[in-house]
Amino acid sequence: MNKNILYRLDWWLVLIYLLLVCIGIVNVYSATYSESLTGINDISQPIGKQFFFLIFSVFLGIVILAINSKFFEQFASIGYFIGIILLIGLFPFGKTVSGATSWYNIAGMSLQPSELVKVTTALMVASLLSKFQSDLKKPATLLKIGGYLLLPFLLIVLQPDPGSALVFGAFFFCLFREGLNYAYLVIFLSVLALFFITLSLPFGLVVGIISMLIFLLFFLLKNLNPKIKIWPFFISLFFSIGFSFSVDYIFNNVFEQRHRDRINIVLGKEVDNQGVGYNTNQSKIAIGSGGLKGKGFLEGTQTKGDFVPEQHTDYIFSTVGEEWGFVGSSSVILLFCLMIFKVIYQAEKQTNKFRRIYSYGVAGLIFIHFFINIGMSLGMVPTIGIPLPFISYGGSSILAFTIMLFIHLNFDANRLNDW
Amino acid sequence: MIRRFFLPVVTLITAFIFIGRLVGLQLLNSSYKLLSDGNAVIENAVYPERGYIYDRNHKLLVSNQPVYDLMAIPENITPFDTLELSQTLGVSKVELKEQIRSARSFSVKLPSVILGKISKEHNAHLQEKIWKYRGFYLKKSSVRNYPTPIASNLLGYVSEVNKNDMKKDNYYQLGELIGRQGIEKYYESFLRGTKGKKFYQKDRFNRIIGSYEKGKYDEPVKGAKNLILTIDKELQQYGEDLLQNKRGGIVAIEPQTGEVLSLISAPSYNPNILVGRERSKNYRILALDTLAKPLFDRGLQAQYAPGSPFKTLNALIALQEEVIDVKTSYLCQKGHYYARGMFMECHCKMGTNNNLLSGIYRSCNTYFANIYRRIIDRSGNNVEEGMNIWNEHLKSFGLGNYLGYDLPVGKKGFIPDADYYNYWYKKGGWKSATVVSNAIGQGEILTTPIQMANFTAAIANRGFFFQPHFMKAVINDSTSQVYEKKKTSIDSIHFEKVIEGMYQVVERGTAKIAKIKGIEVCGKTGTVENFMKIDGVKTQLTDHSIFIAFAPKNDPKIALAVYVENGYWGGRWAAPIASLMIEKYLNRVVKRKWLENRMLNGSLMEEYEKPYSGQPFVINE
Repeated sequence: MNKNILYRLDWWLVLIYLLLVCIGIVNVYSATYSESLTGINDISQPIGKQFFFLIFSVFLGIVILAINSKFFEQFASIGYFIGIILLIGLFPFGKTVSGATSWYNIAGMSLQPSELVKVTTALMVASLLSKFQSDLKKPATLLKIGGYLLLPFLLIVLQPDPGSALVFGAFFFCLFREGLNYAYLVIFLSVLALFFITLSLPFGLVVGIISMLIFLLFFLLKNLNPKIKIWPFFISLFFSIGFSFSVDYIFNNVFEQRHRDRINIVLGKEVDNQGVGYNTNQSKIAIGSGGLKGKGFLEGTQTKGDFVPEQHTDYIFSTVGEEWGFVGSSSVILLFCLMIFKVIYQAEKQTNKFRRIYSYGVAGLIFIHFFINIGMSLGMVPTIGIPLPFISYGGSSILAFTIMLFIHLNFDANRLNDW
Repeated sequence: MIRRFFLPVVTLITAFIFIGRLVGLQLLNSSYKLLSDGNAVIENAVYPERGYIYDRNHKLLVSNQPVYDLMAIPENITPFDTLELSQTLGVSKVELKEQIRSARSFSVKLPSVILGKISKEHNAHLQEKIWKYRGFYLKKSSVRNYPTPIASNLLGYVSEVNKNDMKKDNYYQLGELIGRQGIEKYYESFLRGTKGKKFYQKDRFNRIIGSYEKGKYDEPVKGAKNLILTIDKELQQYGEDLLQNKRGGIVAIEPQTGEVLSLISAPSYNPNILVGRERSKNYRILALDTLAKPLFDRGLQAQYAPGSPFKTLNALIALQEEVIDVKTSYLCQKGHYYARGMFMECHCKMGTNNNLLSGIYRSCNTYFANIYRRIIDRSGNNVEEGMNIWNEHLKSFGLGNYLGYDLPVGKKGFIPDADYYNYWYKKGGWKSATVVSNAIGQGEILTTPIQMANFTAAIANRGFFFQPHFMKAVINDSTSQVYEKKKTSIDSIHFEKVIEGMYQVVERGTAKIAKIKGIEVCGKTGTVENFMKIDGVKTQLTDHSIFIAFAPKNDPKIALAVYVENGYWGGRWAAPIASLMIEKYLNRVVKRKWLENRMLNGSLMEEYEKPYSGQPFVINE
């Protein structure tokens, strides 16, 4: 190992990482606690497996730090290819758990390739964008990148695990940073806004609001620039209403009831605390009952009583909220914030385009998980089953995020060396 | 710039929104804390063992016995031999299957009672075999146990609370027990104790997974108290044996204290049948027996005419009102005309001259009719005043009203006053002759056996009594009830004369059979006419046999009243029974085996069936 890396390594980021995984182990221990538990190293118990994966991940992280940074750029294409093969291989060889064929069963351990594909795709996107002829203004580049993203996305949707597929949206941040047209941001945000407005309000009202807004915009701009034509506004009005109508149509005719329910609960249109809303409601009760300081380690009544389904995986944040209270849960939020800021800051300092884009991708991925997972636990985002990085139970997840972060750490530590 | 700061700003906004949400959920809204408690904490009551009941000599009357509920957790049940289990339990296979099915529909994860209160016999077999049936287990609970099946009406019983009980006292929860009758009801708060609370943590299937906060919020059980009654167990049992195959009541009181030594009502029932699985079935049988009325406490609730024992009170009132003295005498011609054409019979021989003493021991109707009329007519023509004075005297003996004893049932009895006769005969429409039946304890007067025993105690005490009561002490409890001495309106000097008469009743009068060697017994027999409506026709039945007594004469230790329904005359059943009771209580052994056997074996069942035979029948044979 290069002795100097110990000096150049961002120990603060490592510390944040260690804090988060420790919080993870403690809370997974609590969420999976049972009287029969003998110790944290009992490999037959969830906590034992998690501990094993964590140790293995840290070991792998150290190995990654020792590898020459250039290796990852060369490895990107091969890694992406291996990832895709693993995803395809799931269809004949995968293990099906609660409807989704997302796991390989290897020697008693479950491996979820969709987690690892997040890393390889990040490397691939960075690799593609850093090629000198790439230009996000060119449709060719956009199509190429879109294609590389769509392939794993579709393979994961087909498992079916739409939640995990959704996180590929993280690369939007990355692309936008690298020069994606503002129009896409506007369209992205308008589409999102229109989507929720359409579902919240009656169709007629939505059409009224959209028409008013667009004509208001037109007259405002007309005053500034009298030469402006009206037809683009008519076209955008037409598309908006068309979109709104199709959202309505898709929502009511294409979506299954469970999808509709999940979205309706977030929109506050439906209160169903026994059925679909049960998870979210119990999670809110757990978090809310934590108060300022929480009930203490292993004292969470909601956690002990298994009231929150999937608490050790998707709803781990509710354990944090219940047992560690406002102090604990806001600390977790702040730690994630700090981590994301640090990664972005360090990415911005990178002069090597590949590494900058990769690190930005890492920040985006961590953010999107953070946003969806905690938002879901707090009942602000529809139920989408993805883990909270470093904290949730799940060997593949901890492995993938550790690899992801340590590659970034490697890039950051070797920033000055490789011009 | 926007490109650079887009993700950091979005991250920051997200973090702000999340922390804002956390402030809302965790710091500002306390309802989630309650919701989580309701979710995850279960409160279980812990019950103290119901208090034991002892007799005055610390002999056990009521204790508890374990019974077992067969419980099952449906999801744990594996296929088993339903026929064998149903036979072990003593229920039909269909019933067993039905129980398991309904348990399953209640919850597959929570325990349900498959068969409640399994008796000792079935339990013994079941204990051996229970291992065979996966998912089943036995849960211990406890019911009342009566080592000697006596005093059922006095002790009362417990049963599960109903909606009314819960409305009246919110202490009670569905499925809990409450004292329903007798001592169990009156002293419920002592016997019950106060239940404790234990908080458990439960999981989302409502299964208990441990104690909540290490028992920080648990409330301890406050112990139930054991009671010592004034009842003498041996005497109680003896009295019940003596009254077997008869109907009636016995009340025995210790005059110096007012402690009730025994309260017997016949027919009774075995209190052990009102516990366990057959309880409601057996209760229905008892409640529906409208002829023998086993749940009717004759000692407290039966209102009879007092009959001749009442003459002692009239004598006392006459002495107090100074309308007679000991020498006042009347000639009895096998009775006398108290008004034109109105003759009152008497069993005195033709031409007997009776004064106070012989009037009592011969129970002369003529003598008492005359002295009673003197009381009523003491103010000349103003019978109302005489009637009310007489009434007041009687009330001072605790007649005509509740005695205030510590049991939940009772009757007032009835002592007429001037208003009562003014209502029936109109003002001025009645004279002392009109109401002369009161002289001999017939007429309008009604008393309960405990009232009779109480006034006997007052006579024994020469002029006072203590409120009769059943509780002697609460073990390990500082509460003690003090009973004040209640003085009668008769001066104590008058009692000796009447007591001498009562002594002579036993020595040479109507109750010589009640004589006990070595004990000076004072008593008074009674023979009470009684009627019953049969098919709407008022029909006279065989007289009730009555006796009041106390002993020893100069240091009374026991005073009692005995009623034997349709026993004919007082000396036939009531006096011997009273005498045996006295002997038993004072000597602890009964030497007069011949008399004892006659009473134990004697039956009046044929007499009780007569009116229902549908045939004409002869009374007083």
